[in-house]
Amino acid sequence: MTKALIAMSGGVDSSVAAYLTQQMGYDCIGATMRLVEGEVACSKNARTCCSLQDVEDARDVAYSLGIPFYVFEFTSEFKEYVIENFICSYERGKTPNPCIECNRHMKFRVLLRRAIELGCDYLVTGHYARIEKSGERYYLKKARDLSKDQSYVLYMLTQNQLARLLFPLGELYKAETRAIADRLGFVNAKKRDSQDICFVPDGDYAGFIESYRQKNYPPGKFTDTEGNVLGEHKGIIRYTVGQRKGLGVSASKPLYVYKIDPEANTVVLAEKDKLASDEIEIASVNWIAFDSPPEQLRASVKIRYSQAEQPATVFATGENTARIKLCAPVRAVTPGQSAVIYDGEYVLGGGIIV
Amino acid sequence: MGNKMTVYADNAATTKISPAALKAMLPYLDEAYANPSSIHSAGKAAADAVYRARVELAENLGCLPNELYFTSGGSEANNQAILTAAEIGAAENKKHIITSKIEHPSVLRVLKRLGTQGYEITLLDVGENGIVSLADVERAIRPDTCLVTIMAANNEIGTIQPAAEIGEICRKFSVLFHTDAVSAAGYIDIKPGALCADLLSLSAHKFHGPKGIGLLYAKKGVMPSQLILGGSQERGRRAGTLNVPAIVGMAAAFSEACVNMAKDNQKIARLRDKIIEGLLSIPGAKLHGDRTRRLAGNINVGFGGISGESLLLALDSFGIMVSTGSACEAGAAEPSHVLLALGLSEKEAKSAIRITLGRYNTELEANYIVECTAKAVGRLRSIANLEF
Repeated sequence: MTKALIAMSGGVDSSVAAYLTQQMGYDCIGATMRLVEGEVACSKNARTCCSLQDVEDARDVAYSLGIPFYVFEFTSEFKEYVIENFICSYERGKTPNPCIECNRHMKFRVLLRRAIELGCDYLVTGHYARIEKSGERYYLKKARDLSKDQSYVLYMLTQNQLARLLFPLGELYKAETRAIADRLGFVNAKKRDSQDICFVPDGDYAGFIESYRQKNYPPGKFTDTEGNVLGEHKGIIRYTVGQRKGLGVSASKPLYVYKIDPEANTVVLAEKDKLASDEIEIASVNWIAFDSPPEQLRASVKIRYSQAEQPATVFATGENTARIKLCAPVRAVTPGQSAVIYDGEYVLGGGIIV
Repeated sequence: MGNKMTVYADNAATTKISPAALKAMLPYLDEAYANPSSIHSAGKAAADAVYRARVELAENLGCLPNELYFTSGGSEANNQAILTAAEIGAAENKKHIITSKIEHPSVLRVLKRLGTQGYEITLLDVGENGIVSLADVERAIRPDTCLVTIMAANNEIGTIQPAAEIGEICRKFSVLFHTDAVSAAGYIDIKPGALCADLLSLSAHKFHGPKGIGLLYAKKGVMPSQLILGGSQERGRRAGTLNVPAIVGMAAAFSEACVNMAKDNQKIARLRDKIIEGLLSIPGAKLHGDRTRRLAGNINVGFGGISGESLLLALDSFGIMVSTGSACEAGAAEPSHVLLALGLSEKEAKSAIRITLGRYNTELEANYIVECTAKAVGRLRSIANLEF
C-alpha cells in the first residue's frame, strides 16, 4: 500500500488533507513538527501553527481518523535554518518571509526526509496549490480557490520534492474544506486561520530579535535621499521598506522608508512617488517549469504574498539570479521578500528580492 | 514481517511489573479494598498491609519505618524533599542550594522556581563522563548552603555519582543532602545510611513495581514539608488516601530487586557490554557517559549525522522500543540537557538514543538490537545523502 506522511499543524486545512489522503486509499501517518521550544510554545497568546494546543488538536484529529501520530522535535533545525535567517535578514536591512524559509528547509527537506525514513512514498500538506505532471516534468499550479491560493509560498519546490508531494486541497474551496471538517466533527473545524509568524506570536519582531540576540540595535539617522538628516531612528531592525507609520519624523508630505543601509546604520526616507520602481533583481532563484529558463520571458510577477500580480518581462541573468522588468512601476519593492513568476496559473519560478 | 520480534529496551522509562509484585497487589485491588484509615476491621486489614510494606521497605533501606513517606511517585518525592530542605534552610536564613546540571526536571524545575523566590542555586558542571566532582561540591558549599541535591545515578546516561562521598562532605559541613535515587533504586545500593543522605526519593515502577507510587525517605528529625494538604495520612505530612495495592506492590518489587541485585546486575551488565561493543563497531558511533561507572542496564549512544528520533522510529519498525533520552513534552524530546552538560553539541545531543535493559531482556534480544541498529543506521545514512 502506498504510504503517506501528513504534515499536520493542528489547523483545519491539514486535518482535512489527512482525511482526503486516507479516502484516496493511502496508508497514512500524521505528524506535527515541534519548531519552537517549550516556553514559547506554551505562551498564553500563542495562536500559531505550533503551540502545544495545536499539537493536541492535530493529535485529536489523527486519533479520530485512526492514523498513527508523531511529534517531531525539529527545534534546532528551525533555529538554524529559519530563525537565524530571519534575524540576519533584518540585520541586513531586509524584510524576510520566514514562512517561505520554513517551507524550503523544514517542511520540504527535514520533514520530507523524515517521511522517507519512515518508509513513506509521499509527504502531504494542507497547502492550497496543485501539482501537475506532464511528461517527465512536475508543474506547480495555483489552487482552484484563487482567494486561498498558496502557490506563492511554494515556488522553491524542486522536481525531486514535487515528485514526492501531494496537495489534496488544491481542488477545493476553503468553504468545502470547512464543511468537511464540520461534517467529521473535527475539533478545529471552526478554528481561525493562523496569521502571525509562529515564533513571534505577538507580532513584535524587533522585540523578539533583541531578546533572541540578547542585544539592542543602536539608534541611527533618518536621512533623505540627499543624505540630509531628518531625525533619529530606533535601530534598523524596526523598519521595513515602504513603511510610513511609526517613523516619528514630521515633514510637509508623508515620508516612507525608501532604503535601509545597515553599514551606515541609516534609514533613508522619501516621498511616495520615489518609492515606485519597475526593476527588481532576484537571487536564490528556483525554476519549476524548466531546468534552465529562456533568456527572457513574458510573465506576471507577484512581489509579496498579499499583492496582485504585475505584468513583466523576466531576464535570466545567471545560474540562480534574474532581473524582472515590470510593465508599470510598483511601490515598495521590499528586499528580503520573494518575487514569484507566473504564467497564467502556472508557477514558473521565483526568487528573493535583492 | 510475520513473526517480528518485540524487544522492550526502555527500562529507564518504566519497567514491566514483576509477577511477584503483581501477585502481592491483587488481593488489595479485589477483596481487601478498604481504606486503611477506616477504623473497622476491613480498614485495619488494609492498614496492616501498609504497615508490613513500610517495615519491609525500611528493612531493605536500613532505616526506620517512620522515616518513610509514601508519595505518588519520584517527581512528587523530589519536589517534597527539596521544598523540605528549602523551608528548613529559610528558617535559619540559609537560602543557597547546590545541585548538578544533569538532574531530573523534577529537581531542576523546583530549583528554578526557588530561584525566583529568593534562593540562590548553584548548578555544578559535570565532567565529560557525566560525573560530579567532589572538589566542586566542597568548593560550592557556603555558610548559607541549606541543601545539596545530587542524583544517585542519572536516568539518561546511567552514570553513577559518588553519592556516599558527597553525603560525607555534606555531613562534615552540616548541610542537608538529598539524593534522587529514582534511577538507582533496585540497581545499586542506595541505603540512606550508607550514602549519608538526609532525604532520598525513589519510584516503584523503575524496579518492576507499579506506577503511581513512590517513596520519600526523610531522616529522623527532618520533618517533610506538606506538599499536599488534607487528611492526616503519613503522620500529617502527605494527605490523600493511601494507595494500598501500589504500596504493597512497591514493597514486594523492592525486596525482589534487592535480593536479586547482584545476580541481575551481572546478567544485565553482560548484555549491556555486548551491545555496547557491537554498537561501537558501527562507524561514527559514540558512547555517552562513563564507560564503567554506569548502571548495568544503561546504554546511551549517538551515531554521527543521524537523528536519534529517526533511529528510534527505525528501531520501532523492527519491534525494538528505545528512547531518545529525556522525558517528553507533547510526545517530543527536547535536546537533552544532560548530554549538553557533557559538552555535546545540540546536534550530537539529538543523535542520541538510550537503550536500557532490565532483568527480562535476553541474549537473543541483545544480538537483535545490535543487528537492527546497524541496519537502521546504514539505511538512515543513505537517506541522509538524498538531495532534494
